[in-house]
Order: sequence, then C-alpha cells, then structure tokens
Amino acid sequence: MRTFTYKVPSSIRQATSDFGQSSDFLAGGTTLIDLMKLEVMTPSQLVDINRLPMRGIELASDGLRIGALEKMSDVAENQEVVANYPVISQALLKSASAQLRNMASMGGNLLQRTRCGYFRDVSTPCNKRQPGSGCPAIDGWNRTHAILGTSSSCVATHPSDLAVALVALDASILLQSGNNDRLVKLDDFYRVPGDTPDRENQLNPGELITEIRVPRLPWARRSAYLKIRDRESYEFALTSVAMALQVDANNVRDARVAVGGVGTKPWNLPKVRDALIGRPLNQQTFEAAAKLATEGAKPLRHNAFKVELVQRTIVRALMNLGGLA
Amino acid sequence: MSRNLNDSSSSDLPPDAQAGSSRRQFISRLAAISAGLSVAAPLARSATTTEGNALEGKSPKKGTEEDLVEINFKVNGRHQKLEVDPRVTLLDAIRDRLGLTGTKKGCDRGACGACTVHMNGRRVLSCLTLALMTQGEEITTIEGLAKGDELHPVQAAFIGCDGFQCGYCTPGQIMSAVGCINEGHIRSDTEIQEFMSGNLCRCGAYPNIVDAIKIAAEQMKAGR
Repeated sequence: MRTFTYKVPSSIRQATSDFGQSSDFLAGGTTLIDLMKLEVMTPSQLVDINRLPMRGIELASDGLRIGALEKMSDVAENQEVVANYPVISQALLKSASAQLRNMASMGGNLLQRTRCGYFRDVSTPCNKRQPGSGCPAIDGWNRTHAILGTSSSCVATHPSDLAVALVALDASILLQSGNNDRLVKLDDFYRVPGDTPDRENQLNPGELITEIRVPRLPWARRSAYLKIRDRESYEFALTSVAMALQVDANNVRDARVAVGGVGTKPWNLPKVRDALIGRPLNQQTFEAAAKLATEGAKPLRHNAFKVELVQRTIVRALMNLGGLA
Repeated sequence: MSRNLNDSSSSDLPPDAQAGSSRRQFISRLAAISAGLSVAAPLARSATTTEGNALEGKSPKKGTEEDLVEINFKVNGRHQKLEVDPRVTLLDAIRDRLGLTGTKKGCDRGACGACTVHMNGRRVLSCLTLALMTQGEEITTIEGLAKGDELHPVQAAFIGCDGFQCGYCTPGQIMSAVGCINEGHIRSDTEIQEFMSGNLCRCGAYPNIVDAIKIAAEQMKAGR
C-alpha cells in the first residue's frame, strides 16, 4: 500500500475543504482498502467521514430516507425496510458476507468499483483504471462481463445489488459539498462507459453522497430481489433482477424492473415494465416482456449465456411474485 | 521503529503467549523481524513517493516517525495505546504489535473470513479495517472469548463437534459463529450456512461447524 495522510473532519463542510487532489473519502473501507492494497487506488490522502452525521433510517409519508453512513446490515434488518421495501432488504442480504455488511456503508456500496479482473490487476491494461491503455476483457476472459451498455472501451459490470433495487424503485441520492446540495436520480447518477470508462458517475471531487431517498410506493410490499450466481452465497451476480409487482384481479396493474450483473450500470427496464402493465398475469405475458430486456445486447465470447439467463431470471421473479411458481 | 517493536514485548502479550513454548516465542520473534522489514521497505519507497508528489506540486512528508498516528482502543477489555503507520490494518496491529496471534491472516483481501474479530460487539474483518479506524472502539479477538480457563460455549462446541481439521480458519469461524448466534440467524441449517458464508474452510468442516453452532446456541440460550 502507498503512503497516505489521514484526516478526520467533523462536518460535511470541513470534509469537502479537507478533500484535496488525490484524496478519497473513507467510510466502511471494504472497497477502498482492498483496492489500495492492490494499488488499483492510490490516494495520497484519506478523509475519514465516519464521524459525520449522515445516519438514520426513516419511513415518512413521502418515502424512505437512509443516511449514507448506515451499515448495510442495519438497513437490511430494519423492520420498516423489510415490511415496505423487501427488495432492498433482500438485495442487501444477498450481497457480500455478514462481516462485510457490518462494515460497508450504504453510500459506499453505491460507489463500489467493478470486479473485472483486469481492473483489479495493475499488471494489465484497463481503460477504467488507466485511460487509453486498452481493454483486455473484450477479447479476453469475459464470462462475468456486461452485455448491455458496453462500449469498445469497457465491458465491466457494475457490481452493486443495492443499486439495482434502488434504480428499480426510482430512488434518488442527495449529494452534498460544502453548503451546496443536489438531488440526483440514481439511474441518472451512473454513466455508461462510452469513451470515458474512468468516469463512472456524476460525483464531483469533494462531493459526498449523504442520503438515499426512496419514493413512497405502497405496493412495493410485493417486491423481491432474485440473484443468480456461480455459488449460492457470498458471490457477485451473473444475473439478478429487482422487481416490484402490483396485481389487480388477474392482471398486472403496475411493475418496477431493473437487472444487475448484465449492465455497465444498474440496468433499468421501463420497456419490460410497459409490456407487463395491463396484461394478464401469466407466464406468456412474463416471457414476452422479458424478451425486451436484452434488446441491443452485445454478448461477448464467454458471456452469451447471460442473454437467455437474464430473461429467465426476470420470468422466475415474476412467477414468484405473481404467486404462479 | 525499534521502540515500536519493543512495545509488543511481554506486558502486551496474552498469558498463553507469555507462558508458551519456545516454538511460539521463535515464531513471534520472526513475526517481529518481518514486521520490521515490512515497515522498512515502505520507508525506503516513500522517498520516491514524496518525489512523485512534489512533481504534482505537493510535498507531504511521509513514512517518517512523525507521521505515525496514535490510536487508543480497547482490546479484550484492556486499554491499548499504539503508534502506527496509517497503513497498518487492525489485523496486523493485533497480531504483530499486541502479539495476539490467534486472529489469522488468510487472504488479507476480505474474501476468506479468517481475520474476523468483533468491533463493538459486531463481527468485522480486521484485514479491511485500518487500525486508525478503531480509535476509541472496543475490539474482541478469539483470545478474549473464554472466561479464564472456561471456554466460551462456541469454542467448546467446536471441539465437541470436530468443527475443524487444520484449524487455520477456526478462530475466524468461531468469532463469526458468536456473531451469527447473537444476531439470531440460527433458525435453520440453511440460515446458518447463509450467514456463515463469509468464512471459508478449505478442509470442508462445514457440516460439523453448523452442528457446533446449533449446540452452542442452545447452551447460550439456556444461559450456560
């Protein structure tokens, strides 16, 4: 690990002013310290934000607010979250391990870096880590990589399960720096790689995610996160789906759908939602809608299986939630 | 640095290490020596880092004694004060500086769970925690579980159920199992497996570990 200096600010304003060139914010550290050991990230200063007042899990009339420093495990086990937004709780519980969930913050989870093996290996080129150096994954080992939102510069997936659930629920994040704050839809926050895969999101230097806001959606009580992976637990998604379903008699009244493990960012699927709304609640409806999920998909040599797998994942989640399984 | 290495002499060592065999003393001396080397290497490199930063218009002094950070924290109920390089992980601090070598270094990347300890009663990975993040916190390691000669119910159950073979993952498994039981994630074998998935055992003692957790949970519930 490279040397660094260390600061512990006591206010958000101070955190922003402490943040200099080549600084990183330190929260749970589960991504940052790992990548600093690998020298993938080499900040010369860490600004430890763990003492800042970015906490609380509150269900109000306009929805759910979660402080960015809340731990994944506390949010996953919060009774309001479990009852009203099961998809958030399940996405969290299917992430990482119990120990990591006790450490990792909600804001940090949204900013975790890709698990692409080339990104994590400083002896190989990577456009995300070292812009312009090339992408060995496109013609290399790419079984776990993305099929949606890719470019000729980068095919790395976004690894967060939580982000998939939040994008499906149309959540926003509050970004603060100094005295300024702005509310950004999480779906808009993430960028597809294009020619600049090193720029993963809209966050400005010194700006912090301070809060997550999930709109009120009473029928999200019927929601779930389904994650398909190489082993049953403690593994990143090959495919995943975050789904909420509102049923009216035997028809789909409304739905929310986003998928993970297949996109360069959490992949929202408004077309799949539209193809479900007003249709009869049956397998034919689900299969027809799921086909739309992979429109424009660009499978690579080793990950073509994800095209069918993600469709099946969506259908199974719908069968489960629709009570047809 | 020699001053810091001397910190980890007898007074900080747990009773079992002080009374331990010559093999243990030999190994802990080796650990001290290698810790010295690992500190020396980055010191040598910091010259180039400083130069690199100077080119970017910065000239932070790094890697010298004045850059050490003082941390005050509690380990197994005892107050500890250490001066550490900011890069030192909690894992290296408790093993190399406090001589508490029960906590194991497996992958050192947050993937195996061998380094699991409790921070303020919650199970965490000490390899992905910087020592300076534990300022004012309470740490419990495997050495802090037993009450004197009386084993913690989870320790006893691991022995009773043969919950290990080589034993390297065992301290992490036990610390994680105590957390799993305290959290209440023991309603079925499947739930135990799910909430213990962050602790890998290459010997494959998993079925016996699940048995041990169920037995220990019953005993803890009964207040034994």
